[in-house]
Amino acid sequence: MAAELAMAAILVVAASALLVGLTLRIVLYARTPAPLPLATTPAPTGRVGAALRVGREIVLFPSLWGADKPLWLAAMLFHLGLALVLARHLRYVIEIPPAWVVALQGPGQLGGILMMAGLVLLGLRRTLIRRVRKISRPTDYGWLLLLLLIGGSGLAMTYRWHTDIIGLKAFLAGLWRLDLVPLPGDPALIAHMVLAAALIALLPVSKLLHGFALVFSPSRASPDSTRLGERRHG
Amino acid sequence: MADFVPPPLWPEIGLEPVPSPEDGLMAACRPFVAAPAHNQALGFPGELVEDWETRAVARLGELLAGNRALRVYLDACVGCGACADKCHFFLGTGDANNMPVARQNLLRAVYCRHFTPAGRLLGPLAGAGRLDRARLDSWYGYFHQCSQCRRCSVFCPMGIDTAELSMAAREIMNSIGLGQKYCNEIIGKVYAIGNNLGLPPPALADTLEGLEEDVRDESGHDVRFPLDVRGAEVLLVTPSADFFAEPHVDGLIGYAKVFHQAGLSWTLSSYASEAANFGLFIGSVEQMRKIALRIRAAALDLGVKRIVFGECGHAWRVAHAFLEELAGPFDFLDPRYPRPQHIAEITADLIRTGGIRLDPDANAGMVVTLHDSCNVARASRMGDEPGGQFTLPREIVRAAVPRFVEMHPDTTHDRTFCCGGGGGLLTDDLIELRIKGARPRMQALKQVVEQDGVTHLCALCAICKSQFTKVLPAYGFDREMMVSLHQLVGQAIRLGTSSL
Repeated sequence: MAAELAMAAILVVAASALLVGLTLRIVLYARTPAPLPLATTPAPTGRVGAALRVGREIVLFPSLWGADKPLWLAAMLFHLGLALVLARHLRYVIEIPPAWVVALQGPGQLGGILMMAGLVLLGLRRTLIRRVRKISRPTDYGWLLLLLLIGGSGLAMTYRWHTDIIGLKAFLAGLWRLDLVPLPGDPALIAHMVLAAALIALLPVSKLLHGFALVFSPSRASPDSTRLGERRHG
Repeated sequence: MADFVPPPLWPEIGLEPVPSPEDGLMAACRPFVAAPAHNQALGFPGELVEDWETRAVARLGELLAGNRALRVYLDACVGCGACADKCHFFLGTGDANNMPVARQNLLRAVYCRHFTPAGRLLGPLAGAGRLDRARLDSWYGYFHQCSQCRRCSVFCPMGIDTAELSMAAREIMNSIGLGQKYCNEIIGKVYAIGNNLGLPPPALADTLEGLEEDVRDESGHDVRFPLDVRGAEVLLVTPSADFFAEPHVDGLIGYAKVFHQAGLSWTLSSYASEAANFGLFIGSVEQMRKIALRIRAAALDLGVKRIVFGECGHAWRVAHAFLEELAGPFDFLDPRYPRPQHIAEITADLIRTGGIRLDPDANAGMVVTLHDSCNVARASRMGDEPGGQFTLPREIVRAAVPRFVEMHPDTTHDRTFCCGGGGGLLTDDLIELRIKGARPRMQALKQVVEQDGVTHLCALCAICKSQFTKVLPAYGFDREMMVSLHQLVGQAIRLGTSSL
């Protein structure tokens, strides 16, 4: 059971790193003072409007749409695909998945393909457009590669080297009970899980944090509400 | 300025290619370094201190702890490049470090190196790097090639605002004794004399008397330009360029005529004879507060009921968004009015209610387009609704001239291009940068001049007006094209006549 023990340790460490790291970051952002209102205007004049503005940015990327439509498409393919894939994966960690998770199995498979297509487009963009290449750091390629490997190993298991999904589910269910259950030894599965664990663990200390940072981004999250006085001019 | 040519203009917006970024094209372009006296007058070390790297990193740590924007913006960039072709200075120069993300990365590298685990472990692989002499030099050069116009922040999917980072970098450089002459000298003049231009109170009084005579001769009306009048209803705080630069002073005449015709008692202050607040440009909340407190002191001293700002972009940002935090509470002002107000809000409202009448025929022959000034467009508001900073000035222009034409929508409203002189760059030692950075605006202007017969470019920011007056000729335009918003009002307003 040495392999099972190692995998259990990897998953527990990764999940803890994610939870602790994310909590620390969010607390740090929330506690850091923001004395001056820095909204990029025109901005909503109330808190609710500002929250909606952030929500729209997180879901629809309207600023990116205005900036660069091919990039918006690539980013949307990747993030939407990833969201579908993550929803599909709930099946593996929830003993009896709810109906919506079951219903998302088909779209989830499509999501895997959308996500990979998005990653390939993002990678091509980064390597082919000179100004994007100029601003790319080695780690930018690293994250793309890591995501491609995770997605690729996942798709490989979906379409080519099917893994023992019942066995995997039993292993994960065992973890909740602190019980080591044998894990299917397929190389694709092991690679997929180890790489995903690395991604999860590193998220709070990397640029992958950007979605959480956006919630605290003053140019989007602060309302234009500072001016006092009744609404009368003349 | 002899050894470069302004970039060429194309017949239409969108035809011009996005430059392919090259390293170092503008590396030699840097503003004069402040003399020790300029730095010390602001409480900064006179010259670069011995242990500058340690102290700079420590100052960065302090700023990170006190400014959420800085921390979030340094973390949040994914390097997508959406901002890369949005900066007028990149479009005008093609220098790779003028892509907003590349400019940010000059600071982000030091942040990564000292404040993130990835940077500590991976170093350059994660884009991290020390603040060595070479990097400090690129900081000084390229953080003074950012006009803090916030256009990049409109397009960034995370809303990262390069202005915040360039302000932080300038604040750090000031804290180690590497200040910029233009900004620091000017702030010193505000403290010593009361305004950016160093115009002492007696000279200001003379100037205003002269203006009263000029307006009386020209219009036959006794329009006053009051100074330090206690008990006036309104304190007008306006950029000191309005006192004599062209076309700024024509704007000041416009404000005076509006107040005159509306029957509002108003005054200027010789103590707060400056709306501009260059503390913003150098990223120093301390300096910003000191300058803002002069306005508060003047308002209290003169016993006014309202504070109104003249045409100045960044001053209106500081006034609209920061004034209460910096120098408040302004509870001694009349609560029935916004605190503070912009002169354009007053004028637009008077036009709507019939309090003043404008006669566009007085501006016959003018075809006017409006340059949205960046700090008005992307960092403030006018009126009650978001976007009023766009609609109110347009209402005024439309009422004042026979024909108004919009420039290309990618260059107006919140997508407006900086004039190329904002953010503390309006100095002759940066003239090459200013001319090249003006190219996107000049491109849009050329299109409406050729297709719509535009004769005049209107702005409501002192920096925009000075910058355009200087760079218009470099692109083959007449400098007289530049007009102040309230110049148009002043020329069109019907004085003295009954409103019906």
